[in-house]
Amino acid sequence: MNQAFLDYYSLEPLTGWIHRTLCGVMPEDWAVFLEGLVIGVVILLAYALLAVVLIYMERRVCGAFQCRIGPNRVGGRGGLLQVPADVLKILTKEIIRLKKSDHLLYELAPYLVILASVVSFSCLPWHKGAQVLDLEIGVFFVLAASSIGVLGILLAGWSSNSKYTLIGAVRSGAMIISYELSLGITVLTMVVLSGTMSISGIVESQAGGWNIFRGHIVAVVAFIIYLIAGNAEANRGPFDLAEAEQELTAGYHTEYSGMHFGFFYLAEYLNLFITAGIATTLFLGGWMPFHVAGLDGFNAVMDYIPGIVWFLGKTFFVVFLLMWIRWTFPRLRIDQVLTLEWKYLMPLSLLVMMVMTVFKVFGLVF
Amino acid sequence: MEMKHKLPGVKDMPAEEFGNNDYLLRMAEELNRDGAGIVLGTMDELINWGRSNSLWSLTFGTSCCAIEFMALGAARYDMARFGFEVTRNSPRQADMIMVLGTITWRMAPVLKRLYDQMAEPKYVIAVGGCTISGGPFRGSYHVVEGIDKIVPVDVYIPGCPPRPEAFFYGMMQLQRKIKMERFLGGRNRKEKESENAKSDGE
Amino acid sequence: MMEMEEKIKQWCPAGGLRVEESGERVLVVMADDLENVCRRLHDDTEEPMDYLRDLVGVDNGPETGTLSVFYQLESARTGRRLMLRCDTRGRDAEGALLPTVSGIWHTAEIKEREAWDLLGIRFVGHPDMRRLYLRENWNGHPLRKDYDMNSNVLDLEAETNADVTEEFDLMADGTLRGHENVVFNPDDFVVNIGPQHPSTHGVLRMRTALDGEMVKKIDPVLGYIHRGIEKMNERLTYPQTLALTDRLDYLSAHQNRHALCMCIEQAAGIEVSRRVQFIRTIMDELQRIDSHLLFYSCLAMDMGALTPFFYGFREREMILDIFEETTGGRLIQNYNVIGGVQADIHPGFVSSVKKFITHLRGIIHEYHEIFTGNVIARTRLQGVGVLSREDAISLGATGGTGRASGWANDVRKHHPYALYGEVDFREIVYTEGDSFARYMVRMDEIMESCHIIEQLIDNIPEGEFRVKVRPVLKLPEGVYTASVEASRGEFGVFLVSRGDKVPYRLHYRSTGLPLVHAMDTVCRGGKIADLIAIGGTLDFVIPDIDR
Repeated sequence: MNQAFLDYYSLEPLTGWIHRTLCGVMPEDWAVFLEGLVIGVVILLAYALLAVVLIYMERRVCGAFQCRIGPNRVGGRGGLLQVPADVLKILTKEIIRLKKSDHLLYELAPYLVILASVVSFSCLPWHKGAQVLDLEIGVFFVLAASSIGVLGILLAGWSSNSKYTLIGAVRSGAMIISYELSLGITVLTMVVLSGTMSISGIVESQAGGWNIFRGHIVAVVAFIIYLIAGNAEANRGPFDLAEAEQELTAGYHTEYSGMHFGFFYLAEYLNLFITAGIATTLFLGGWMPFHVAGLDGFNAVMDYIPGIVWFLGKTFFVVFLLMWIRWTFPRLRIDQVLTLEWKYLMPLSLLVMMVMTVFKVFGLVF
Repeated sequence: MEMKHKLPGVKDMPAEEFGNNDYLLRMAEELNRDGAGIVLGTMDELINWGRSNSLWSLTFGTSCCAIEFMALGAARYDMARFGFEVTRNSPRQADMIMVLGTITWRMAPVLKRLYDQMAEPKYVIAVGGCTISGGPFRGSYHVVEGIDKIVPVDVYIPGCPPRPEAFFYGMMQLQRKIKMERFLGGRNRKEKESENAKSDGE
Repeated sequence: MMEMEEKIKQWCPAGGLRVEESGERVLVVMADDLENVCRRLHDDTEEPMDYLRDLVGVDNGPETGTLSVFYQLESARTGRRLMLRCDTRGRDAEGALLPTVSGIWHTAEIKEREAWDLLGIRFVGHPDMRRLYLRENWNGHPLRKDYDMNSNVLDLEAETNADVTEEFDLMADGTLRGHENVVFNPDDFVVNIGPQHPSTHGVLRMRTALDGEMVKKIDPVLGYIHRGIEKMNERLTYPQTLALTDRLDYLSAHQNRHALCMCIEQAAGIEVSRRVQFIRTIMDELQRIDSHLLFYSCLAMDMGALTPFFYGFREREMILDIFEETTGGRLIQNYNVIGGVQADIHPGFVSSVKKFITHLRGIIHEYHEIFTGNVIARTRLQGVGVLSREDAISLGATGGTGRASGWANDVRKHHPYALYGEVDFREIVYTEGDSFARYMVRMDEIMESCHIIEQLIDNIPEGEFRVKVRPVLKLPEGVYTASVEASRGEFGVFLVSRGDKVPYRLHYRSTGLPLVHAMDTVCRGGKIADLIAIGGTLDFVIPDIDR
């Protein structure tokens, strides 16, 4: 913590003022309720908007990797309106109800998936003071919330009453539950380094340098493990076994149509974003600007860039990394996926945590 | 019917350059026989814009034409440009089924089943001579002579196999057709009620 | 050849051996001797006839009252070829019987099913006498000459498949007794992979019994693209039959048509010019590169790597451009005709082929960088789906699949046709027999094909591109065969002429049928994902299997 972070864009005065004004005209309970409502709407809107942006980004990125142009007819040369068109289409598409499925669970599954994703989404630290859910045990909460998603996937696969969906769901269950271990352990490693479980606390602790620099080589290893495990958690290639198109047609959501399928589709992209967002928070300093010790002029300039730009910039960089991986690698086989986790990643992440603890105890981190 | 319908074009290709415009006009007239409200009409236009620009195709290749379809998705032709970005492997999530290649008697029930499994709105494009009439295999003991005997077809793309440019022409024709449809109010289905009832009873 | 025939004669105590020679030399064996002869031929120490190239049923017509089966044999050791024929006693359920050879050559398992399905020949002792291409409730056998084309109607009811097969045994008193063999038990977890599935490369359907992720058994169900081409051929004149060959294996369009043209030319005694030989050879090799590039693309996509797919297609489009300049078609070119080719090569042909080869040689490293060297791709392919050499031969798995298992079976090398006898090229043989070897065979063959083209492209001689041939051609009576190395194995043509302007029977040796048949052997014990990857490396094209 050798250098203070100059905050030009803090939202705390603004939110504080809104809260005080509201409390002036109504009881505090009402004010909190109203604020919660507004924030809920904002979160959902941001969620939907980000999904559109991410899908558009995925199409552009994969187009670039695959030596092709990508959408360029709908909405100008950039194909900017392609995703809105897809959204309109999917909103007006028939939702098929299967006769021989477990109706309640079948309809519940997509909502569980989207719920898990929205709740973990609300924990992201966008900006100083602009974090919706900031619990003392924030990191723990994110891990817990995001694992509801796997329940949705399992239910979807089971309740569809189809063999492909069942195989997809079981694969997904086995994989996500396994990778949660190394994911959790790497997150704990960063908690050890930061000394707090609160997400805002973790970000604040990186004011003097991002965790990936502070924890030097150990943190870099943890970052790589996190990216691999996070990719698996988000069910994206090369870990997309659950929906392995070439093997299981569409995996656990084979039988879903219309917006129900749309929810799975949205959640996939948002989970990608959340994975990247948490990576940013834990390793890349969240909304903290990039500082180089000693270069005060440079640091001052960096401070002028708002925190949300930093956060989004870093997150989208990680998203890009993950997309790059997805469009390059072949898919792993289920036994390889499990071998990778249980034989390599988990022991390695335990070791990383141990080393990090030792470093921290002896003050070997920056 | 003196109501004038605007024929939709596709970017860089005005409506007059397409064939079969009279067919589209007739279809629009039939659909709008009982008139359309301004609000509903505008909503319709918006929905149709979305639908026509986001046609996800079911991967359904039985023979040669499927390879040309793959070429269509590949870099040189890149159908993603038009909004045909995603091909879905599950019929539930597809908007159109491009029947690529001969349909034999053994395959016919499968095709029908796939069509039934798709969610509305769904469209069928018959690609290649085989699907239109049996093509070179007309007269065989095991070939369906035209898939329109099994499922309603929206667009026919002749060829053996058609060139990718022909694919695009056919797909753009489908886009135009969708733009003339009505989603809110009025009948939107192409086939007659009796045919509908028959296929439901299956 | 003579000593071979002498040997066979001694193995035929029941009825002796008759040799017919109109067209190809055919040894006619009596049904009672067949099993003995086949067994001894297969087990021969000097020249084992261990590769059953094809098993073709022919209807001799209601007037003769018999059906025949032709056994085309080859020795994997020496390359010697031999054709046996065996006739049934009658045409009805009791008479149309032959002993099975499926215990001797595995590939006969599926080919005898084909003969049963299309011609109604029952093979006594065959464990699986189900129909192969047609529905289980189909009436009649379409390749019979007296088959009534109106005896079936289009049935749109979803079909159910029996979980048991029929086997017929001949009792001592001459009666047949059937019993059932179980394919799937009621408590097997059977998943339908196909017919509409993204990675079956067409409309193949594999009923797969799973134990968790493990594949226990695969039962391929074929016929979803069975168009009855062989029956249609019997009504088409010889030049007309050519049109359908391109639509068999559309990725070997040139080679298929080349084989049929060669067969008809040889039967009619037509000599094609050297220029035509050059063009055909170059076109065949371009087609092979085209097919192997597509193989690469599809394999990568099947394994979930989507970007390499586009690499393959990028270069493939350049080949299609070359095809299109000269033939007018991209995928289906209809280029070879009896006596030559449809049109002379495009003036820019030589330069664009050379440009393409240079380009491909310069860019092929990208393919290896993104996929071959990838650690996931390697671990998923290496050591997976091993097919032994013996199995490959017994299953008749020709082409790259056989060569990956160490079976040198390249028709171009061992039975040269066109200009393959004159060019220098290496037969790519690997010994591992796993998926990776199958993949590498194809990748290496791309380079080898480039090498062949480079030797020929500058030396195309002047000359006629087509010999004048009468539009209605009558071939002399007899049996004729030809085989070429198509993109994915040995493609054979088997033609029976009765002196008419239409063929009496025209059969194609499918390159893919033995490969699909091999799926069960190769995939057992693997995972579902392996099944898909193995299917990709076996590289079959379904319309060619179903015909």
